Amino acid sequence: MNFFVELKEGLAIAWDAIRANKLRSILTTLGIVIGIVTVTLMGTAINGMNEAFRKSISIIGADMLFMDRHAWFIHTEAEWLKQMKRRPITMEQVKRVERELTLARAVAPVVGMGQSVRYKNRSSSMVQIFGTTDQFIYTSGFTMGQGRFITEAEASGGRPVCVIGQDVATNLFQNEAALGKQIKIGPRTLEVIGVLEKQGSFLGMQSLDNEVIIPIQQFLIGYMRDPDFEIQVKVARLEELEDAKEELRGVMRKVRQLAPGDDDDFAINQQDMFIKMFHSVAGTIAAVGLVITGLSLFVGGIGIMNIMFVSVAERTREIGVRKAIGAKRRTILIQFLSEAATICLLGGLIGMLIAYLFTFLIARVLPVSMSLPVVGLALLVSLLTGLASGFFPAWRAARMNPVDALRNE
Amino acid sequence: MSLIRLQNISRRYQMGTETIHALRDVSLEIQRGEYVAIMGPSGSGKSTLMNLLGCLDTPTSGLYELNGTNVSEMDDNQLAEIRNKEIGFVFQTFNLLPRSNALRNVELPLIYSGMDAEERRDVALAALKSVGLGDRIHHKPNEMSGGQRQRVAIARALVNSPSIILADEPTGNLDSRTGEEIMALLEALSRKGNTIFVVTHEEDVAKHARRIIRIRDGLIASDECLMQGRENEPATTVA
Ligand SMILES: Nc1ncnc2c1ncn2[C@@H]1O[C@H](COP(=O)(O)OP(=O)(O)O)[C@@H](O)[C@H]1O
Ligand SMILES: [Mg+2]
Repeated sequence: MNFFVELKEGLAIAWDAIRANKLRSILTTLGIVIGIVTVTLMGTAINGMNEAFRKSISIIGADMLFMDRHAWFIHTEAEWLKQMKRRPITMEQVKRVERELTLARAVAPVVGMGQSVRYKNRSSSMVQIFGTTDQFIYTSGFTMGQGRFITEAEASGGRPVCVIGQDVATNLFQNEAALGKQIKIGPRTLEVIGVLEKQGSFLGMQSLDNEVIIPIQQFLIGYMRDPDFEIQVKVARLEELEDAKEELRGVMRKVRQLAPGDDDDFAINQQDMFIKMFHSVAGTIAAVGLVITGLSLFVGGIGIMNIMFVSVAERTREIGVRKAIGAKRRTILIQFLSEAATICLLGGLIGMLIAYLFTFLIARVLPVSMSLPVVGLALLVSLLTGLASGFFPAWRAARMNPVDALRNE
Repeated sequence: MSLIRLQNISRRYQMGTETIHALRDVSLEIQRGEYVAIMGPSGSGKSTLMNLLGCLDTPTSGLYELNGTNVSEMDDNQLAEIRNKEIGFVFQTFNLLPRSNALRNVELPLIYSGMDAEERRDVALAALKSVGLGDRIHHKPNEMSGGQRQRVAIARALVNSPSIILADEPTGNLDSRTGEEIMALLEALSRKGNTIFVVTHEEDVAKHARRIIRIRDGLIASDECLMQGRENEPATTVA
């Protein structure tokens, strides 16, 4: 008898046996069900996070360098305290950096603050106000919806104009046209010359549409005299990112008059850091999920093993009969392995069904859908659990002496 | 050439420190087509002999030749194949698979021998018809009488056209009338040329056979051929 016939036969017998013990089989799969639910949900969640992250991170751009006083991710409190004591980046320094960089396509100083914005009797609170130059349209990658962006002359001249985000436009003007309107930001009045296209949010947290962009000089005069700048640098060629970073670092050290032995008192941030951070978070989630999955599969596996021993014991005589009639060891082994695998696959399917329902809940937070690889992984995992936990009982059945098995009462 | 040749076959069981001699130095030759009754008191070694003949068990020592091949040194898989092709078992307790219907029970040896599904069904049907159960093929064992179950078991035993049919107390769980029917069936099979062994306690059951081997304490006590109307000397003597 060839392997496939044996397998087909084994599966038929297994199905019979499972149907004869429905409740027992279902209860046995509980551990597998939990394991598969975690495996599937975790896989789905990580996929969803990856997807959300990929969308968000593209906003930052791989060809961007962000020069700040401190790093985006600081891992110790001591380091944080140290970086907080650093000198701010001044407008003077920004100007010198702008002049000396050769590998940059665009350089934009950016300062920000939260403010409420008013138009007539409508207002919008906690809007991000950014002061910057005409270069910001290149470094940010934003696109204009209506009107135009700030010009170089407006930026350096500190003209009372502004470009507003979609949310601000909707909040203040609703269906009215925004262009040409005067809005009040804090004490000052500015004219809307452009509306940005909708940008979405960054990592699901910060809306990029609830912001107003004003000329840098306007910001310095009207709101904050000596702010701490961020310098956004878009490099000319992505291949030269490292060179550009080195150049920026060198220029900044010179501008901040650091002695050769001193540490940098600024940080150059980039997309890369977010990706690293993200991977460590995703890694942690995966590890936790893996432990839960592993544990429940282990417990489930033990349950399967237990029930398979019972099944083998109950059917000792049947094993004897089959052997007397010509079943080989392999035939019996396959029969019981099929049973264990079938029970586990059943558990896997139930688990997946539950996970599928859960996915709808998660879908409200993350852009998730159960992917084919995740389904395949879950089925594979449950199949392997079945084979692993069924092997020992099946082996015992296969090795039974037929005479002893037939004498069994 | 004899169908079966046993030479100085012994089977011992180790029970703790005690050794049980279930069979001692048994030698025996059986020709194709013989109908042999094995008799003897309980515990004398009849079943042990049947299990050895049926390749369910291997001797502790001695030589067993079936169809000219030495089976006493075969491994598990080879023995399984011999059982499948050369041996048909009929048990006292029928030993049918309870969840399978008659047809499927009879098909089982054919499944193990790798016959394809269509042919299998025809062959199994023919076997069931030959034991008079052509109209019960979809019944499960618990939907049949003891006699019918034993007929299914006999159909299963002969479906692969084995060299030997071994029946260990086939009427032990049946009333005497049904038992008679089963014995008549075995006799009919014998007349068709099958080689049959029957273990039994009852003298009148043994009457059906043409050769009676009596066992006592693991030894062949007597070996008589009824056909020729004379009693042979015991094939073995007490060692
Ligand atoms: N698996 C076994 N383990 C130990 N002793 C056994 C085993 N099978 C049979 N025996 C012993 O061998 C002897 C012969 O048994 P058996 O062949 O079953 O006798 P019978 O079928 O003639 O009643 C008995 O004494 C029995 O107790
Ligand atoms: Mg017996």
